[in-house]
Amino acid sequence: MSSLLSWRDLGIGCVISEPGNSVQYKTGDWRAHRPVIDQTKCIKCLLCWVYCPEPAITRHNDDRVEINYDYCKGCGICANECPVKAIKMVSEGV
Amino acid sequence: MAVGVQVGRQTRVGMSGNEAVAYAVKQSNVDVVAAYPITPQTIIVERIAEYVNNGELNAACVAVESEHSALSACIGASLTGARVFTATSSQGLALMWEILWIASAMRTPIVMALANRALSAPINIHCSHDDAYAVRDAGWIQFFAEDVQEAYDLTIQAFRIAEDERVLFPVIVNLDGFILSHGVEALYVLDDESVNAFLPPRKPINTIDVEKPMTYGPLVLYDYYMEFKRAQAEAFNNSYPAILGILQEYSKLSGRNYAPIKTYGMEDAEAALVVLGSSAGTARFVARRLREQGKKVGVVSLTLYRPFPRDELARVLRRVKSVVVMDRSYSFGSPGAQLFMDVASALYDEKERPLLVNAVYGLGGRDFTAEQAEMAFRIALETARSGEVKERQVWLGVR
Repeated sequence: MSSLLSWRDLGIGCVISEPGNSVQYKTGDWRAHRPVIDQTKCIKCLLCWVYCPEPAITRHNDDRVEINYDYCKGCGICANECPVKAIKMVSEGV
Repeated sequence: MAVGVQVGRQTRVGMSGNEAVAYAVKQSNVDVVAAYPITPQTIIVERIAEYVNNGELNAACVAVESEHSALSACIGASLTGARVFTATSSQGLALMWEILWIASAMRTPIVMALANRALSAPINIHCSHDDAYAVRDAGWIQFFAEDVQEAYDLTIQAFRIAEDERVLFPVIVNLDGFILSHGVEALYVLDDESVNAFLPPRKPINTIDVEKPMTYGPLVLYDYYMEFKRAQAEAFNNSYPAILGILQEYSKLSGRNYAPIKTYGMEDAEAALVVLGSSAGTARFVARRLREQGKKVGVVSLTLYRPFPRDELARVLRRVKSVVVMDRSYSFGSPGAQLFMDVASALYDEKERPLLVNAVYGLGGRDFTAEQAEMAFRIALETARSGEVKERQVWLGVR
């Protein structure tokens, strides 16, 4: 918590004067279940990459996909869409 | 220029409260007006539309489909740096409700004339203070005009206050529906040059600019929402000295005295009424008559309602024996009506404090008569004499 600003440091009207800074806001800790990709099952169809609303799935040059856990909120859409059931939702635990 | 009798640099004219507000808005060189018609406010915006149509005022009148949209348009316009005005009443303000909070939190200067009208049901178009009270927590500065002169003067001051960089909050100027909105009175209006000198063009901050994109109204969750509200609270409370200074400056300019509260007979009053809006004149008229009979009575009226002038009020009321707080509204299930609760809270910390009675009166435009005012003073005097509150809340003028 110590890195967070005090109310004294906030700008007037909570205007964010620097555009595009939403990347600084990591939403990964919202997650209750994390998607885990079984790369041996993955057929690189990219449906998970298309459907991820965040988007928190990184597509590599060889069409391999990877979850960005900094932003993945654990919605499970990727696991639901995967046609070969290569993505499992695993509890983050307490 | 207003047609009337020239008195120095001012002109004595006859206008209804709505016309006086519209004239003040015109003199304030407003840029954008977004409003939706509702009785008893409608004439304000009609007059402004005439000024624009006649070429007397260079402003954009935005036609909208509801009050919700009207205030939303005002926020957008204010963010561009424009001088912005709207007007509404009762149900219209109720429809603006969620946007009111956004206007304050986004620190957008907007001036709103609120022709006070009772909330439905039953449907009614006449004066209660329900509408103003119901938005007291929304973070708007609120003034109450006592007469048409004040409706005019406070409108001009409201722009200066809202746009002051020490303030940057929206401002409501309340005028009692029909009693002031439609009542024609004589008043003095300033010349345009004096208004221009008092109210120079707005110097906005954080304006919308495609060259310099910024985020307005972002999502703020549990990690910052509380800090954000804390900062807003600090800013709202800190606006008080700026408001005082501007009221004083305008008092000098106009020769009419503006302060958060007005007092009559309070130097020696043992029993007093606290009132808002047009009832103040009736209360003072009756107080004068009772004082001529040797009764030590006084009247306190609030020009500034939010931020609440707690210290000033406590100072004038703490040594009074009994006070009747007059509410032109009712708060269901509360310990008292709205102004009563504020006054009671303001006095709680005082070592000496008066016995308090709450009088509910004048709902839905029921006349506040001299007889009712006298009844209220008699309750205050009897409470002061007996040292005992007989009834904590009374209804005046009800069958």
